[in-house]
Amino acid sequence: MELVCPAGNLPSLKTAVDHGADAVYIGFRDDTNARHFPGLNFDAKAAEQGVRYAQTRGRRVFVALNTFPQPDGWARWQRAVDQAAELGVDAVIAADISVLDYACQRHPQLPLHLSVQGSATNYEAIRFYHERFGIRRVVLPRVLSLPQVRHVLDSSPVGIEVFGFGGLCIMVEGRCLLSSYVTGESPNMCGVCSPAKAVRWEETPRGLETRLGGLLIDRYEPDEPAGYPTLCKGRFMVGDQTYYAIEEPTSLNTLELLPELQAMGIAAIKIEGRQRSPAYVTQVTRVWRAAIDACRRNPAGYAPKPEWLRELGKVSEGHQTTLGAYHRTWQ
Amino acid sequence: MATVEQGLPRLALGPVLYYWPRQMLLDFYERMSAAPLDIVYIGETVCSKRHALNTTDWLDLAERISATGKEVVLSTLALLEAESELKTLRRLCANGRFTVEANDMGAVHLLAAQGVPFVLGTGINVYNERTLGVLARLGAQRWVMPVELSRETLAAIQARRPAGVETEVFAYGRLPLAYSARCFTARYHDLPKDDCQYRCLDDPEGLTLSTRESQIFLTLNGIQTQSAQTCNLLAELADLRALGVDVLRLSPQPHDMETVIEAFAACRSGARDPREAAQALNAGLPHGACDGYWQGQPGLRQVAAAV
Repeated sequence: MELVCPAGNLPSLKTAVDHGADAVYIGFRDDTNARHFPGLNFDAKAAEQGVRYAQTRGRRVFVALNTFPQPDGWARWQRAVDQAAELGVDAVIAADISVLDYACQRHPQLPLHLSVQGSATNYEAIRFYHERFGIRRVVLPRVLSLPQVRHVLDSSPVGIEVFGFGGLCIMVEGRCLLSSYVTGESPNMCGVCSPAKAVRWEETPRGLETRLGGLLIDRYEPDEPAGYPTLCKGRFMVGDQTYYAIEEPTSLNTLELLPELQAMGIAAIKIEGRQRSPAYVTQVTRVWRAAIDACRRNPAGYAPKPEWLRELGKVSEGHQTTLGAYHRTWQ
Repeated sequence: MATVEQGLPRLALGPVLYYWPRQMLLDFYERMSAAPLDIVYIGETVCSKRHALNTTDWLDLAERISATGKEVVLSTLALLEAESELKTLRRLCANGRFTVEANDMGAVHLLAAQGVPFVLGTGINVYNERTLGVLARLGAQRWVMPVELSRETLAAIQARRPAGVETEVFAYGRLPLAYSARCFTARYHDLPKDDCQYRCLDDPEGLTLSTRESQIFLTLNGIQTQSAQTCNLLAELADLRALGVDVLRLSPQPHDMETVIEAFAACRSGARDPREAAQALNAGLPHGACDGYWQGQPGLRQVAAAV
């Protein structure tokens, strides 16, 4: 089971490699990837250094080109695919059919993974991408339960990568337009969700208020920890109830499911968070490396160590974690 | 398939996105059979637990609507997880009689393998003409533009649209914005999804969600999230026509659907002014109208000026 860690910059990539990532995934400095944030990602020089750093240490580098180009932007995606091929990366993670088609025609030796943004939740969809574009791996959306993951895996022609830790999309990735509905920018079109430039924090007599595109996402009592106003994680009103109507601000953590994921034959575990700091990458990579190694050595005797959970809890959104959809009752 | 560049767009009724009781659905389609529609999309696209009509019922309904001279398209589920859902999908894709609307790449896979023409629904991400070209070669004969794209992007795609592919635009209704494995209606009622008690039946237009400042902005419809505002592009009719849009999709709502269809039909034939008719429709909307996406802005905005 490969450990795939996020890197938003060169220091993150290096620390991921140093602390035991089997593979690192990165993005270029534009809207060709789904973490198109100011100051983040790799220019040509950093990408080259990163690829060399990882590959000389026997680790792999994947490049996420997982947004959906619009007609006037095609040249950027084309260039990004060519650049990834020239860099000799170990895979491109893509979602859009035109990007997959171009990569497979132009660079047949470049391995392709279907991004989580490709929204493949069933094996018929995976077969499509495999037969048409020769994808070698699929990253599953964070909406499937463990039995559903197993069912997909049993009939999948390619390896399965699942999210193990980090921010949690409650919606099927690649199929959520909530962010553009409120801000004009979405993951699919722009590589951002609830973008920082649309965010406002305001101290008011009613409490600290967080807004997105002018819309009140949440309001906090003085003793409540405030969170980033991701659209789906606010407190809203439905009927006469005010609550987290869509999702609580929690992080996904599947550490306790490792033996099951391993037994099932999952190819890779992905850690979310290219937008996070090198310190986050260090901490999460270290814990997951230790956990995967422990599970491999002795699956029957495996249990997440309390200190691992403590470490991960510190870097989790809202300092809470959930098993997400893997746990059936969550659905 | 007979599409003329300068022709008038045809009117399509989208699939019912809500959970309506059986009799309500049958009555609705009885009325729609008499409405000035060219195309009717039917079938369950949101939640496989909704069973007011089963697959055989939908196919029977397709025959009845088809007998009134309308084109019928069978719409399929947007989020496919369980084997039972794939089984239903396979049956629909192999129906041998009616065109199928794919809302997941699994459906595209099955339809392309059979070599039958199909429609790409709003659930398929076509953001550029290259993607459309690949899918057209596999049998796509019509695509519904993703609702978050603007008229500028559509114009660019239309300029290089593959030959023989029709373009459909979601022109009226609450916008489908997101799908989840989690059911937000069950969550509201504090019920597990496995035992949701079919509470979607309580709300034929979904549940309205607002901020704590009572700003209404979303609709919860089971596992689907929609806009609370109704997208209405009737005022843009001349533009839609100039862009060579072949089909306008009107998404079913429980009230006044005939009024909506008649307004579009009257404007299309030149009997009514689109801006005036759009204003009249917008005035009756519970949470207002929106056209922001079409205008290249946040989707919830209403940009077109009032008459």
